[in-house]
Amino acid sequence: MHHVADAHEWHIVGGLTIPLPCIVIHDGLHVFLSNKMPSAHHGEAAEATEEAHVAVTDTIHADGVEGTMVVEHHETAEHTAHHETYNGFYYSESGRIVHEDGGFTLDLSITKNVATLLIVSIIMLLVFTSVAKAYKRREGEAPKGLQSFMEPLILFVRDEVVRPNLGKKSDKYLPYLLTVFFFIWISNMMGLIPIIANPNLSGNIAVTCALALMTFLITNLHANKYYWGHIFNPPGVPGFVKVILVPIEIAGIFIKPVALMIRLFANITAGHIIIISLVGLIFVFGNAGENLGGGLGGAAVAVPFTLFMSVLELLVAFLQAFIFTMLSALFISLAQEDHHHDDHAEHANAAHH
Amino acid sequence: MDLLTIMQAAEGGVKGIAAIGAGLAAIGAGIGVGRIGGSALESMARQPEVLGEIRTNMIIAAALVEGVALFAVVVALMQG
Repeated sequence: MHHVADAHEWHIVGGLTIPLPCIVIHDGLHVFLSNKMPSAHHGEAAEATEEAHVAVTDTIHADGVEGTMVVEHHETAEHTAHHETYNGFYYSESGRIVHEDGGFTLDLSITKNVATLLIVSIIMLLVFTSVAKAYKRREGEAPKGLQSFMEPLILFVRDEVVRPNLGKKSDKYLPYLLTVFFFIWISNMMGLIPIIANPNLSGNIAVTCALALMTFLITNLHANKYYWGHIFNPPGVPGFVKVILVPIEIAGIFIKPVALMIRLFANITAGHIIIISLVGLIFVFGNAGENLGGGLGGAAVAVPFTLFMSVLELLVAFLQAFIFTMLSALFISLAQEDHHHDDHAEHANAAHH
Repeated sequence: MDLLTIMQAAEGGVKGIAAIGAGLAAIGAGIGVGRIGGSALESMARQPEVLGEIRTNMIIAAALVEGVALFAVVVALMQG
């Protein structure tokens, strides 16, 4: 499970671990490499060094008259936790960096997810600036090289996803929608590369939350007054139904981006967990057989399954990017629909169903 | 299952109840996507000219249905 979680170092193979810089704001800025931090694997090391001093004081009162004895037990347990620290910093339970004296600590480290994000951004910047420059250089000529690889993809997004939904207004939102599409696709694909240890960027709910938040902001900030009118005052609906319908519509404003967020997060995380479990089968069989034979048998089973699941994951990577982009385009277009006068009759008919 | 087990499950105390929840979600996803595929194949047979469009819309609908099933999987992951 920790293979899909975030970490302060990039663990590639058994021995090879690339330490990533830790940037902490605590009484000033501290920058250091994460290999200086005491290793706390899931909080076990920290707990192992805790010493509990338990002081027990028994107070016995002899309560005179009838010879009753009252025994009071005082147990004071002092846990002095000895964490190994680096300059007072150590990893908390959730993996964040905290300081011994418990003061305000802001952990802005370059973790594995942040490093993956930067790598994906750099890839996108390099690819798209070179394609744009190539277009300017080869004005009017046939595309060559990287240009000819990206052109069908970009045209696919524009003609199949954005234009059918947005029509005339598509040029205003194409930069955002293209960015979202390629960002999600590339970061989904990065999670399938085993050599760099499956960095799991879009399977982090904070990342998908940020993407869904962008769609939410764009949808609502560019919305028509008819959009808000239809939410707070749905036309052609009798009064008592409005009482129920308006809260549902208001909830719908927030639930649609939340659904976007969870769909992407769950699809990608589930896929990564399946692949990691299948690869782990090899090690499970190896340990059970306690020899190479068990491991090979496990590999004979696990490798075809992993291959099949990886191909499926390739499809899912593209599909989830496509779905996210399409639904974003749809929400943006729905928020800017023009008022049709014949809608009143339709809404009245629909309300009777 | 006696009352105690049911109450424990309600509190989230029974191990493996999350797996049962995820399995139920898988049933829902299976039924939903199966129906989508079935009606898509049927309509492709009736009108082969629009094969490509039907295929595209089938994939979109399948991804949406799987999204709903994965909401349940996320809850199961959080519990178990």
